[in-house]
Amino acid sequence: MGLTGIQIFKYLPKTNCGDCKFPTCLAFAMRLAAAQVRLDACPHVSEEGKKILNEVSAPPVRLVKIGAGDRVIETGDETVLFRHEKKFNHPPGLALAIADNLSDQEIEQKVQEVNNSTMERVGQQLRVDLISLQDKSGDAARFSQVAKKVAGLSSAALILQSLKPETMKAALIETAARKPLIYAATQDNYSQMAALAKEYQTPLTVYSDQGLEALSDLVDKVTAAGVEDLVLDSGARSSGKMLSDLTQIRRAAIKKKFKSLGYPAIVFPGEGESDPLMEAVRAGIGIAKYASLIVLNSIRKEALLPLYTLRQNIYTDPQQPMQVAENLYKVGEPAADSPLLITTNFSLTYFIVLGEVENSKVPSWLLVADSEGLSVLTAWAADKFNAPKIAKLVKKQNIEEKIKHRNLIIPGYVSVLSGEIEEELPGWKVLVGPREAANLPKYLRDMA
Amino acid sequence: MAFTVPKEVYNGKINQVEVGKDQQVIFGGEEVLPFLSFEGKAVSNVPLALEIQDIDPGDWAPSLTDIYGPVMGNPAEWAKLCQDEFKADMICLRLTGTHPDNGDKSPEEAGKVVEAVLSAIKVPLIIFGSNHTEKDAAVIKHVAEVAANTGSIIGKAQEKNYKTFAAVATAYNHKLVALSDLDINLSKQLNILLTQSGFDGKNIIIDAMSSTLGYGLEYTYSVMERIRLSALQQNDAMMQMPMISDVGEVTWKIKEAKATEEEQPGWGAVEPRGILWESLAALSFLMAGGNLVVLRHPKALATIRKTVAEF
Ligand code: B12
Ligand code: SF4
Repeated sequence: MGLTGIQIFKYLPKTNCGDCKFPTCLAFAMRLAAAQVRLDACPHVSEEGKKILNEVSAPPVRLVKIGAGDRVIETGDETVLFRHEKKFNHPPGLALAIADNLSDQEIEQKVQEVNNSTMERVGQQLRVDLISLQDKSGDAARFSQVAKKVAGLSSAALILQSLKPETMKAALIETAARKPLIYAATQDNYSQMAALAKEYQTPLTVYSDQGLEALSDLVDKVTAAGVEDLVLDSGARSSGKMLSDLTQIRRAAIKKKFKSLGYPAIVFPGEGESDPLMEAVRAGIGIAKYASLIVLNSIRKEALLPLYTLRQNIYTDPQQPMQVAENLYKVGEPAADSPLLITTNFSLTYFIVLGEVENSKVPSWLLVADSEGLSVLTAWAADKFNAPKIAKLVKKQNIEEKIKHRNLIIPGYVSVLSGEIEEELPGWKVLVGPREAANLPKYLRDMA
Repeated sequence: MAFTVPKEVYNGKINQVEVGKDQQVIFGGEEVLPFLSFEGKAVSNVPLALEIQDIDPGDWAPSLTDIYGPVMGNPAEWAKLCQDEFKADMICLRLTGTHPDNGDKSPEEAGKVVEAVLSAIKVPLIIFGSNHTEKDAAVIKHVAEVAANTGSIIGKAQEKNYKTFAAVATAYNHKLVALSDLDINLSKQLNILLTQSGFDGKNIIIDAMSSTLGYGLEYTYSVMERIRLSALQQNDAMMQMPMISDVGEVTWKIKEAKATEEEQPGWGAVEPRGILWESLAALSFLMAGGNLVVLRHPKALATIRKTVAEF
């Protein structure tokens, strides 16, 4: 249970040495109680104090890592229920399910799909991070052989799905170095599965579809057996059950500090579903509401791009707008006499303006100014988008070499800047564009 | 420690709104966060409207014109197709042809379209202007009268024209969509202005300004969540109106919904991509507290309907 600052203070050295960057131990204790700092910022706590305080300062949802090397997937470690309160920390990992009874060729194809799943958006590389290998053959030798093969073909993190401890062991022997997630410990097999997770130092999924109370009881048994890195599956497969179980698990962890459910959760939105649209929409529920791992049956590009984008949107920092890099961007194949427009680097502004310039079908140059991620009017009001900055940028980007004409189109909302920019940039003419980007296609076409 | 179901205690609830005449539709009325029926009375009915326009829009994506092509330009036929064939719960008529830059049709011409559409359908009608605050006020004065006592929804009232909207919605018995600029305080402010002008808050539907995946979705999503939380937790009567999500329009104009695979290799097939873009935007806003959704693609409607049935 959470301690107050005063309670925490009792376990600190009380020397007020300041090494934690706080003036007093009490100030540090207060921040720790609010989960704003980590205990290891104080180098002087006694071992005993550490033991007690680590327990209470642990995040309400445990951080669980799956995979090895540069493909470690971090899940959990969430502290709030709503994204406007504070950034959600770890976007849910997407996995592709692969059954071990497919032909080797089909399996290779699916692994290739995962390997080729990377897409870029707003400077981020987005991809399917895991492969979930499913024991459909019922044959331990086949399962472990496929596990080995998949591990060799892809550096994605692995989930091993079999309820049979012998089968799991056979696959772990081949893949333990990759720190796969074991799926799953159930009421029937948990002591053997827990033993395997301990032996091979891997995270473990705990599965019970008998309600969250049964699930939490099972978690207690598994943690009593000494395994701490857990992932939860409540067996929810329909949209309604998924939403309600995921919400209850996350709420119990965060609001009630209920440790037995303080772990990331895994969902299977496509299980028993033949319509890929439905699978993707259910995955969307998981993205919005508290899933940490999402295992998909199909990862066609037309579904991945919207899912990646949704995930990126939900998991952005509400205090830090998404930004694109300051640059001179080409829209279409602009020539030296194509129009030149300027805007700010708030990703929303950029994407809207880019979209409308594309709609105009007029090849153009789009100059994006670093406004620290602020929209046009906000940046102008905050003095992050002003004449000196714009003039400097035009010079920095060597625009006068790339473009013959000397006309700069500025957003209509900042028409007041036009005189000043012309003063800063001798020889240039500022054209005031429309206020709304939606009117850009007409504006550009009329100009051409 | 034993598990107990973590239920929240809420102090407020969302207004229930009833619209239509021949075939009435009810929405809102929930007392807990979206679809969380384990803790109380949750959203149960989410009406899904399909959007039509008074003129042939001319710039709709092939994924849409393949379906609506033959009836575009004939709003009554278009409305009937959406009602009968695609089972829309409501029809949303957007009067884009009244925009000064897009044909500048007169209020009377718009009135004729409204009349034709109303006589072609039984489901309730939503009537939106062209998002030109002055012209919308002029148009709505007339079309609200044409639709008098049909229990329609009219919009979108904004800070600059809400007085006209409020007056005609009251006079002719319509519900009112109140649109503000992606900001919880502005949304509340507009509701206060409307009620202070004598309009019944129970007849307001909030539009927090829709967006779509990759184009500001996170802003709409969080504003909607915050509106819902203040309605339920703080019992703020000025935030207890049902919310509408107008996602078709914002979705189908972006590249990600329209670009073919040839134009954007690596993005997958264009049609399901667009449908999913629209479906996921709609779903996100339902998760954030939406009560009523305006869509364009009938498959998005079917997908969301099936999903909502699972809650
Ligand atoms: C969200 C928001 C914020 C967010 C910032 C989010 C962000 N990343 O920018 C926060 C909360 C941080 C913020 C802060 C402030 N804000 Co503010 N904010 C807004 C709000 C509500 C929306 C802005 C937005 O996201 N717009 C969407 C983007 C896409 O619009 P856009 O960049 O302008 O792009 C459009 C057009 O300009 C055009 N366009 C863009 N580029 C180009 C290029 C060309 C060539 C052309 C032709 C067209 C074009 O196309 C786009 C779509 O049509 C506006 C109100 C409003 N409705 O505009 C106020 C607003 C911009 N903020 C304002 C102010 C004053 C501020 C503050 C200074 C103080 C304050 N009141 O809070 C601070 C300053 C920030 C700082 N760091 O110091 C004022 C500005 C008033 C003015 N005219 O000067 C506004 C208008 C609100 C108001 N009415 O008071 N704000
Ligand atoms: S570093 Fe530790 S001992 Fe020093 S002031 Fe901070 S809390 Fe106290």
